[in-house]
Amino acid sequence: MPRITVTVDGVTYEEDVEPRLLLVHLLRERLGKTGTPIGCDTSNCGACTVMLDGKSVKSCSVLAVQADGCDVVTIEGLGTNGAMHPMQRAFHEEHALQCGYCTPGMVMAAIDLLRDDPEPSEETIRQGLEGNLCRCTGYCNIVRAVRRGAQEMGQAVSTS
Amino acid sequence: MTVQEVGRPRRRKEDTRLLTGRTQWTDNLSRPGMLHVMFLRSPMAHARITRVDVSGARDLPGVVAAFSGQDLAAEQGSLPCAWPVTEDVVIPDHPPMAVTEVRYVGEAVACVIATDRYRAADALDAIEVDYEPLPAVLDMNEALAPDSPKVHEAGNKAYSMQITSGDIEAAFRDAPVVIERTFTQQRLIPSAMEPRAVLADTDGESYTLWTSSQIPHVLRVMLAVTTGIPEHKIRVVAPDVGGGFGSKLQVTAEEVLCLLLARRIGRPVKWTESRSEGNLTVHHGRDQIQHLRLAADADGRIRGLRVELIADMGAYLLLLTPGIPLLGASMFNAIYKMDAYAFGCTGVFTTKMPTDAYRGAGRPEATFGIERMMDELAAELRMDPLEVRRRNWIRHEEFPYTTISGLTYDSGNYEAATERALSLFGYDKLRAEQADRRDRGDPVQLGIGVSTYTEMCGLAPSRLLGEGRFGAGGWEHGEVRMLPTGKVEVVTGSSPHGQGHVTSWSQIVADALGVPFEDITVLHGDTAIAHKGMDTYGSRSLVVGGIAVLKACEKVKDKARVLAAHLLECSPDDLEFEAGTFKVRGTDSGKTIQELAFAAFTAHDLPDGVEARLDSVATFDPETYSFPHGTHLCAVEVDTETGRTRIRSYVAVDDIGKVINPLIVEGQLHGGIAQGIAQALFEEAVYDAEGNLLTTTMADYLLPSAADLPDVTLDRTESPATSNPLGAKGVGEAGTIASTPAVVNAVVDALRPYGIDDVRMPCTPERVWRALQERAQEGERP
Repeated sequence: MPRITVTVDGVTYEEDVEPRLLLVHLLRERLGKTGTPIGCDTSNCGACTVMLDGKSVKSCSVLAVQADGCDVVTIEGLGTNGAMHPMQRAFHEEHALQCGYCTPGMVMAAIDLLRDDPEPSEETIRQGLEGNLCRCTGYCNIVRAVRRGAQEMGQAVSTS
Repeated sequence: MTVQEVGRPRRRKEDTRLLTGRTQWTDNLSRPGMLHVMFLRSPMAHARITRVDVSGARDLPGVVAAFSGQDLAAEQGSLPCAWPVTEDVVIPDHPPMAVTEVRYVGEAVACVIATDRYRAADALDAIEVDYEPLPAVLDMNEALAPDSPKVHEAGNKAYSMQITSGDIEAAFRDAPVVIERTFTQQRLIPSAMEPRAVLADTDGESYTLWTSSQIPHVLRVMLAVTTGIPEHKIRVVAPDVGGGFGSKLQVTAEEVLCLLLARRIGRPVKWTESRSEGNLTVHHGRDQIQHLRLAADADGRIRGLRVELIADMGAYLLLLTPGIPLLGASMFNAIYKMDAYAFGCTGVFTTKMPTDAYRGAGRPEATFGIERMMDELAAELRMDPLEVRRRNWIRHEEFPYTTISGLTYDSGNYEAATERALSLFGYDKLRAEQADRRDRGDPVQLGIGVSTYTEMCGLAPSRLLGEGRFGAGGWEHGEVRMLPTGKVEVVTGSSPHGQGHVTSWSQIVADALGVPFEDITVLHGDTAIAHKGMDTYGSRSLVVGGIAVLKACEKVKDKARVLAAHLLECSPDDLEFEAGTFKVRGTDSGKTIQELAFAAFTAHDLPDGVEARLDSVATFDPETYSFPHGTHLCAVEVDTETGRTRIRSYVAVDDIGKVINPLIVEGQLHGGIAQGIAQALFEEAVYDAEGNLLTTTMADYLLPSAADLPDVTLDRTESPATSNPLGAKGVGEAGTIASTPAVVNAVVDALRPYGIDDVRMPCTPERVWRALQERAQEGERP
């Protein structure tokens, strides 16, 4: 069984894994990182989105062995010193979640899309989140939250 | 000065754990020694099971047990249907795991229990099943033909019923205008984002079932009835639940089977469905053929409406299956006055996944039917679709108004909502643009769709449910506990799964008791904590469950008043309650509710015969439904060359009575409208000619993404409900009910110059394009 070394939310793990083990199952069932949920089996819904070496991936479509030597950030590792990430706060302020199941993936995808465009238009946000499905919100408040999050992240950068 | 909490856009208390991943989804939960269950499912729509051999699976490493339906036959019982809608409704036996016959693709035929889910999946491949194929029954009309193959021995008709009010024959006799249409309500897959999951455990004496359910309380009763395990030995917990939309208002085969498997094995077992498994086996929604006839005078006044439905039950009757189409029986007449009304419905068995509640449950179907007919009537009379509605709707001064179908609408103002919507939408300007595009022969045509809906919320008054042969009441339970430190613990029988009950209930209690919003916690979803409840569905939580909590607060205050009078040495009548304090009228002397909670706790100085607690319980059972309404306007651009529809603008003005939290209301409307748009333009569960579901994944079943949906403009008018002390009406389903006909009316409006008067849902580019081609070819024919 291959042995992998992977850092998840700042903690380094060494794990023996079956080659077929999905990254999302490694996170959820081996490491207890259940903050990342699974919503489908065809990588359509995006609920399981995490950051792999700084880029968003759907962790149901990555094998654990592919994450060997990588740095993974999940929704559980986004905040700093107990404070939420500006994007998490923006989702709260704009009421951009209801059942909350898509939320971890949606927040990760939102942060990722700002790497390409720190001040996205509504159209850019809608296109950028196309790979993340939500059944509760109709996306209206998610779009607003991403805008607010982008502004606050921009301010955080400009004031730092 | 205390700020009133009710009406404030409070950010939700629920959000923190959901935003930081500290959630309790059922699949997150684990128990020592827990095993994983997987089900082998039928690949045949209809077949006799001639052999099941699970021995190959049992021999594999990591496999603890494997069972066939035969192995469980003696103990598994029959899944319940709690709504025997007629005296002679056929309720077929429904074993949770098929024993002798399968009747839809996806029905469980065997299971494996293994140490992890990968090994369980491997072991499914080692199970052998022999099937003797039987004919699939897929088309509802063909299923009702005398020579159709049978789904069940008793035949393919589950029930039929007729309701008539007024002289329907007279209404149609010599009517100047009769509109006749047949609409199809396609089959939908509810698609809550959290797939179902069940974890069952036993200590050998009692049982705990964690499940992604909307109805832990109903489920507990039904599990006891189905399995014979005594009710007091079963605890059901619905932890964090990731959406439901009716799909988790069910007593599922997997819940029953996991309970029985935990009993057999004596260890905790967990089952988590995959999305493709869920698309096959979570109950589906809608699926009706609607035949409508509307008789009117030449000036557009409606004389009568005849509704004939054929409703697909699927292969069995689940918890509420036969009753779902009947929830629309009193709603086809909607906001309109008419002389006569006739409703008929036939429930049909097919070899497909059973249908049951899906957001709106019967009312979206009814609203779609009548709102499409109103547009067709307007087109026939060359009238504006809003003008024909105005001529027929109940005027605001006519409330309370008893409709032709016998419901009494307590309040509403259709004129006000419509006027507000028209001005936000820019109706006249859009009509002018539409005329211009038509004149120019623009390949992109503009369509304007109208939906002036009402619906009935707050399922439901127990007496009315009883008259409708529903198997339970519709009351809700609430409890308010005053803790010694003055904090408040609220227990609700409503079981939320995204609606924000914790926040809204806190607002209600904060105002009622004069305690800070932050000092209130709300407990729910666990039959060991909230020991009574009727759970969450049918837009009932606030207008039934919220009122129960409010009534419990009143009882707390009644007790506190007696104690305050004792401590302040005055008569209870001399006390006034304001902002959390009982004050002796005309003095500064008083006691806060927190001080009284502590006094009750210490019990050092209670009046004789008074219990040492302020805690109170209440059950609320409304006398009638509530009736939200509104006007939704939709503008679409339809590209006549590609068939693609783009929603250009959408305005919704809803009257849902008094609002507790406008932010939560807005969210409910956003999501509801999106789901209605999804039915209009995107979603359909498709079976092939052999009865295989083709839309088993999210790649095939098109849930709209952010890129597919518009921003929407919302506003409200407010006619408080008179049926409950908060004046609230309910909002969980309104958006879905209203938006589907608004969008389809818009699509048809865009295409009407081309001779098109209907497009079957979902109005995909292909369907629109084909409709245009057919009309073009017809036009070319001599």
